[in-house]
Amino acid sequence: MLLSWIRAVISRRRWIKFASGILLGFTLSLALLTACQPAADVTDSAPSVPDGGGSGGTVRIGMTASDIPLTAGAPNSGFEGVRFTGMTLYDALVTWDLSVSDQPAPLVPQLATEWSVDEADPRLWTFKLREGVKFHDGSDFNADAVVFNFEKIFDENAPHYDARQSAQVIARLPAYESIRKVDDYTVEITTKTPSSLLINQLPFMFFSSPAHYEALGEDWTAFEQDPSGTGPFMLEELVPRERAVLVPNPNYWDENRMAKADRIELIPIPEGTTRANALLAGQVDWIEAPPADTLAMLESRGFEITSNGYPHLWPWQFSFAEGSPWLDKRVRQAANLAINREEIQALLGGNMIPAKGILLPDDPAFGNPAFDVHYDPDAALALLEEAGYGPDNPLDVKVLISTSGSGQMQPQPMNELIQQQLAAVGINVDFEVLVWETLFDNWRQGAEHPDSRGAHATNITFATHDPFAAMVRFVYTDSAPPNSLNWGLYSNPEVDALIEELQTTFDPEANLAVYQQLHETLVEDAPFLFVAHDVGPRAMRSEVGGFVQAKSWFQDITPVYLTE
Amino acid sequence: MFLYICRRIVYTVPIALAVAVVCFSLVHLAPGDPLSAVIPADAPAEVVERIVKAYGMDRPLPVQFFSWLGRAIQGDLGVSVATGRPVAAEISRALGSTFILAFAAALLGFLFGILFGTIAAFLQGRWSDRLVTGIALFGVSVPHYWLGLLLVIIFSVQLDWLPSLGAGSGSFMDRFPYLILPAVTMSFIPMGIVTRTVRSTVSELLGSEFVTSLRARGLSNVSIAKHVAKNAAPSVLAVMGLQFGYLLGGSILVETVFSWPGTGYLLNGAIFQRDIPLLQGIILTLSMFFVALNLFVDVLQTLFDPRIRRS
Repeated sequence: MLLSWIRAVISRRRWIKFASGILLGFTLSLALLTACQPAADVTDSAPSVPDGGGSGGTVRIGMTASDIPLTAGAPNSGFEGVRFTGMTLYDALVTWDLSVSDQPAPLVPQLATEWSVDEADPRLWTFKLREGVKFHDGSDFNADAVVFNFEKIFDENAPHYDARQSAQVIARLPAYESIRKVDDYTVEITTKTPSSLLINQLPFMFFSSPAHYEALGEDWTAFEQDPSGTGPFMLEELVPRERAVLVPNPNYWDENRMAKADRIELIPIPEGTTRANALLAGQVDWIEAPPADTLAMLESRGFEITSNGYPHLWPWQFSFAEGSPWLDKRVRQAANLAINREEIQALLGGNMIPAKGILLPDDPAFGNPAFDVHYDPDAALALLEEAGYGPDNPLDVKVLISTSGSGQMQPQPMNELIQQQLAAVGINVDFEVLVWETLFDNWRQGAEHPDSRGAHATNITFATHDPFAAMVRFVYTDSAPPNSLNWGLYSNPEVDALIEELQTTFDPEANLAVYQQLHETLVEDAPFLFVAHDVGPRAMRSEVGGFVQAKSWFQDITPVYLTE
Repeated sequence: MFLYICRRIVYTVPIALAVAVVCFSLVHLAPGDPLSAVIPADAPAEVVERIVKAYGMDRPLPVQFFSWLGRAIQGDLGVSVATGRPVAAEISRALGSTFILAFAAALLGFLFGILFGTIAAFLQGRWSDRLVTGIALFGVSVPHYWLGLLLVIIFSVQLDWLPSLGAGSGSFMDRFPYLILPAVTMSFIPMGIVTRTVRSTVSELLGSEFVTSLRARGLSNVSIAKHVAKNAAPSVLAVMGLQFGYLLGGSILVETVFSWPGTGYLLNGAIFQRDIPLLQGIILTLSMFFVALNLFVDVLQTLFDPRIRRS
């Protein structure tokens, strides 16, 4: 049948004319459709500044992820997932206040109204829960829901345990051991050891509706498509890899965070140039992380570029393995003094903050370090000479770097500039360039692992939003591989003692004082080459209003709206 | 004929097995931890162990391979590490988008290729031949990635005529504008290759004795073209079959540039997330498509050309 049809077409119907006819028809239809195609999508217009609960138009956001982050309560895709499908659909017991932009976002109560630590047994934390909060499906948020969600993540024997969600959260709450319901609105959390850091870890624990999970046949995959949290947005539509549509939760408990936009469309666009083109073509209103070389062009075309420093560090993490030249503090300090960070800033078109330590210079815990990280090549030369290095005894170091990677900014040109700057004071740098994934996996292996190829430093950026993320995992002796990310095997009894004191100091003011002291000690001891803090640029249409870029990895999109 | 088809189907079994072994080995030999997409870098060792066990990655590789193969034979390609969604469902959703794009690109590429190739062959040596040959050369040499970006800049950013990314939603007509730029971009390579094949095959046939004989008998150009087309069909079909196979495989670059939710885009995401079950599933499915398409073209050629049948 097929054969006779093909034969008929090819041999009897003058196939050249046939092909030409189809071609002509196709071309004409294409031309007609192209001509009839309206200009890029016209977004709903909106009144000036909506009060909340919608009427602020549709805001379409181009994300860097290649898929919509998981929506069941434990987002993947790193902090972008937490930002867009975590903090929008869900709430945590404690979260960051993202309405401020002039200081690193502080922690504030969210679904917990207050908490306390047992004086007799400081492993016991009691949390009072917010009353009157409803999940999107109308069921109550209470202690049972909190216990249910912790079991979902931590209890492998619970019927609703979900390995996939567990993998996203479990490592972010290393302090947690168990939970107990005290009454309908009180829960008690026990930590493995006394740990003041629990409170910093809780923003990553979101709460899904147990009632809705049951209604969906106890199926987390079904819950992904139809999630129910307590957050300011609800999921209206989810098309994997194409879009997620969020709409305001009209019953949201926090009047100050009622969503202003009618709809937020999240669109995964992993390729940077494609994201910029989508913004230029009017297909999205806002893009995350526009490529650095498009920023000036976007700005010249009237798009708003927002940026703000956030808790992020672009460092070299030094090796303290036997034979490493960085074992000498004078050499570490010399390298830090030999770096001209303003030059690196110029290389990035101004899109970085010169680092003066691990934390942002305006972080309340920055303190007053004795060692001032700045550019002073003469002082660097003097320190190197004191340490025994000079023209007759040059210093050779090898550093592991990548050419790209999440949060790595522009690693190759930045590293090459640093290489030149260090060469000027007699430090010869040799790079071992690895695939980003390999470099990242090596982080946990440590400097002495054969895969580290005898390198004296590794260049991986990291978040510094709390003491654990910023310091404990890199500088605590017990964090050496394979326990955590103390790649360089750094060990300093003074630092260890301060970390232990920090873990057991529960009074907020006293805790901050210890944290400051820890930071001051680390800056002075310089276990890193402190280079830069990223500023997280975003580009958006000038019609996008209400956005306040917090000094955080996370941003609040409830105040965002679109005007004409 | 039936025996020939059966024999060819049996030949696909070792090919499929080899593809399965190669794709499983490749994704495991690639740098990086297979679970780095789901395990945060600072996860304690006991947490890593727990997650590795939960995903069955603690078993020896041969055990993992045969377990995967056994399930794959039954149509179960496992579950995506990154999303938890069944791999088969992920692939079938993406295949739909890739089919649409491949058909549109094939339609454009093959029609223009046949048209240009025939014109060039009949008008050999003239300026139109040189123009068409130049276009074909451009088609096979231009980087798709660059062409896609160029078309976006012209038709989306500057002229504001067509959308620059995505597959749209709603009815076919609502989605159609989203198809145009990726389809045009993807059609350039098959257009170039088919043009060159048609040109060389038809030129060769036009110089053959049977065409001289037809001319001597006083047949018109149209009638001669009919005979030439019939004789050129087997080789052109073989090339078109292969090209269609490539198109069905999806293009990582084109689909990524246009965020077109097909298999290439899915593969790109799976590579970056090191989503091994998804990677294995996509590679195996696409390879099987290619094998099936080759079989289909072989059968079609046999039907067209009695010489192949007789041999």
